[in-house]
Amino acid sequence: MKALKFLLKKEFLQILRNRFLLAIIVLIPVFELAVLPWAATFEQKNISLCIVDGDHSSYSRRLIEKILSSGYFKLTSHEPDYDHALRRIETGHANLILIIPPAFEKDYVNRQPLKMMLVIDAVDGQKAGLGMSYLSQIILAYNTQIEVEAGNRTGAFINIKPHYRYNDAMRYQNYMVPGILVILVTMMGGMLSALNIVREKEIGTIEQMNVTPVSKSMFILGKLIPFWLLGLINLTIGIFIGWLIYGLFPVGNILNIYLFAFFYLLAFTGFGLMISNFAQTQQQAMLVLIFFLIIFILLSGLFTPISSMPEWAQRVTIFNPVRYFVEIVRLVYMKGSGIHDILPQLYRIFGFIVVFNFLAIVSYRKTQG
Amino acid sequence: MFHIVRDPLTLTIMIILPILLLLILGFAISTEIRNTPFVVFDQSRSAASSKFIAKMDGNAYFTLVNALSSESDLETAFHRGECKLALILPADFGDNVPYREAVDIQLVVDASDPNEGSTLVSYVQLIAAQYQKELIGRASAPDLIQIETKMLYNPQMKGMYQIVPGMIGLIMMLICAYMTSISIAKEKELGTMEILLVSPLRPALIILAKAVPYLFISLTDVALSLLVAYFILGIPIAGNIALIVLLSLVYTLSALALGLLISTVAETQQEAMVLSGIGLMLPSMLLSNLIFPVESMPIPLQAFSYIVPARWYIDGLRDIMIKGLGFKAIVLDFFILLSMCFLLFFVSIKKFKNRL
Repeated sequence: MKALKFLLKKEFLQILRNRFLLAIIVLIPVFELAVLPWAATFEQKNISLCIVDGDHSSYSRRLIEKILSSGYFKLTSHEPDYDHALRRIETGHANLILIIPPAFEKDYVNRQPLKMMLVIDAVDGQKAGLGMSYLSQIILAYNTQIEVEAGNRTGAFINIKPHYRYNDAMRYQNYMVPGILVILVTMMGGMLSALNIVREKEIGTIEQMNVTPVSKSMFILGKLIPFWLLGLINLTIGIFIGWLIYGLFPVGNILNIYLFAFFYLLAFTGFGLMISNFAQTQQQAMLVLIFFLIIFILLSGLFTPISSMPEWAQRVTIFNPVRYFVEIVRLVYMKGSGIHDILPQLYRIFGFIVVFNFLAIVSYRKTQG
Repeated sequence: MFHIVRDPLTLTIMIILPILLLLILGFAISTEIRNTPFVVFDQSRSAASSKFIAKMDGNAYFTLVNALSSESDLETAFHRGECKLALILPADFGDNVPYREAVDIQLVVDASDPNEGSTLVSYVQLIAAQYQKELIGRASAPDLIQIETKMLYNPQMKGMYQIVPGMIGLIMMLICAYMTSISIAKEKELGTMEILLVSPLRPALIILAKAVPYLFISLTDVALSLLVAYFILGIPIAGNIALIVLLSLVYTLSALALGLLISTVAETQQEAMVLSGIGLMLPSMLLSNLIFPVESMPIPLQAFSYIVPARWYIDGLRDIMIKGLGFKAIVLDFFILLSMCFLLFFVSIKKFKNRL
């Protein structure tokens, strides 16, 4: 135990002496939380719409008015024909073309079926899908409205009354900020620990450690604890900034987040140290870490829901520690979930702690240096 | 060059990473709503209500995970994250619906993600409208307006079409700028830079020589990514290959110049990593239309995106690769990249000389 005390003293000295490191530990959370929540948004407002109105009747004008008042679309221009409109799409000025056929009103009044055409720039499949479904819904609702007004049809009798919960302001940032806390803690924890041992290898100081009688697990523990502490400090800074900029604070008990982070960081720091042991150079360690981080983050449900992934990918996420932390932070932040609700995820993290740290200790070889 | 070949693991990762990412992004990541778990609290327990529930469950958008027996269970289901939607059918559902009398279905939505929340609601409304239509049958007037849709460039609306060009842009930034800046910083940190600098070679030449291998690796990655996109992901390459190569070359050079600029500032590898992480990777990932639409962002971020090379490259690549447009469509992208390239090289070489 006495050896551990000295090891810790050494590590803290090394960290505190590195001004650059300290600066980024404070600055990165500020930067990430100030910028990321605004940038990482899937919100699709203002799909640019180009209209080819072949009819210019009161019917077509009413339809256009209805579309524009929905708030989803931004009218870029009226074009005389399809070719002109297509050019707007090719140059990236419009996402969607609505073509209202000539004699729209006349056909409708004569009760002739008529075709309305939507042409969509589908390079961004998601946006195209949304644009299409919004616009179709508005057109169909318009159809129904005319029929109901004419007395040909009864209105809806099954009414859906939605109650939106857990995000009263319907603000996307409220959803992203807790998720970004996870990225923050994961990235910093992973990066610092993954680079640490390998840096000692590169500059040669590891040799000095290897000739001391310090045991393997003691050495790893001495590395683990400082980063684990830094991670918790980072989390605290992150939570504070989230509150400062966005006024966000967990609805539930904040201690639940710390409890989870406490174990999560043990697991993830172990993971970083493991990489550091396997790697020969810092460049290599960094690349391997980025590799795993990107996969972990993309498959964590942070940006896209896990339930939307194919079956095999959903199974892969079971082995992704980041997934559980994202779930927990959001549950506690937004819904105020209690300790009983988060137990299943907590148990899984215990598994990661054991595996990662076991591997970290085993992979540290004193003899090879 | 030897440095790179001597480290086969790094080389392997640099080549495999792009392909693996492309495959994961192509196959696993989707923003479509699918199999969203929902619970139901059916107070009417009638034929009509179970038919409605079956219609919800049978839909690709939703999966029924639990039927609740009391309203208090609802809270627990949400707090554990078991469901995103709770359907509360009123007791009079079974009595009213067959006679077309009004019923209110309460729909509790987890709007943590507000977009997802409102999309879910619109899907439920769609299902309810269909259900109602089936009940009424042919008795009512038909819809006169028919909608015909035409999807340009990407008829199946696959997310990959959007992501693949973006990924290529990101990967080149990663390999070219990131790895170059780290490798130069490494020479500085280990002191071997001094040795190179006292040699009779010109400093600019030394730096360029360090960068060239990474240039090759990243061009290899572009080629591999295009092959994977074409043969495995089934994305057609609509435009002219020569144009793609030309645009990629200009972009790669500007990425390289950025990497050099960073390495003139950073003294250690860790500094280089952090600087290029914040200065290159994040903007290339976030402000380039890769995943997140820039036009939905606040104005300052939109303005900033204009100086991110990846934004212009990805825009141009999509025009050529997916839309199949010609050089005319990418003139702006091309010349902006070209001028960025010259500017960055000029600044970094000047800065480098100043330091010596």
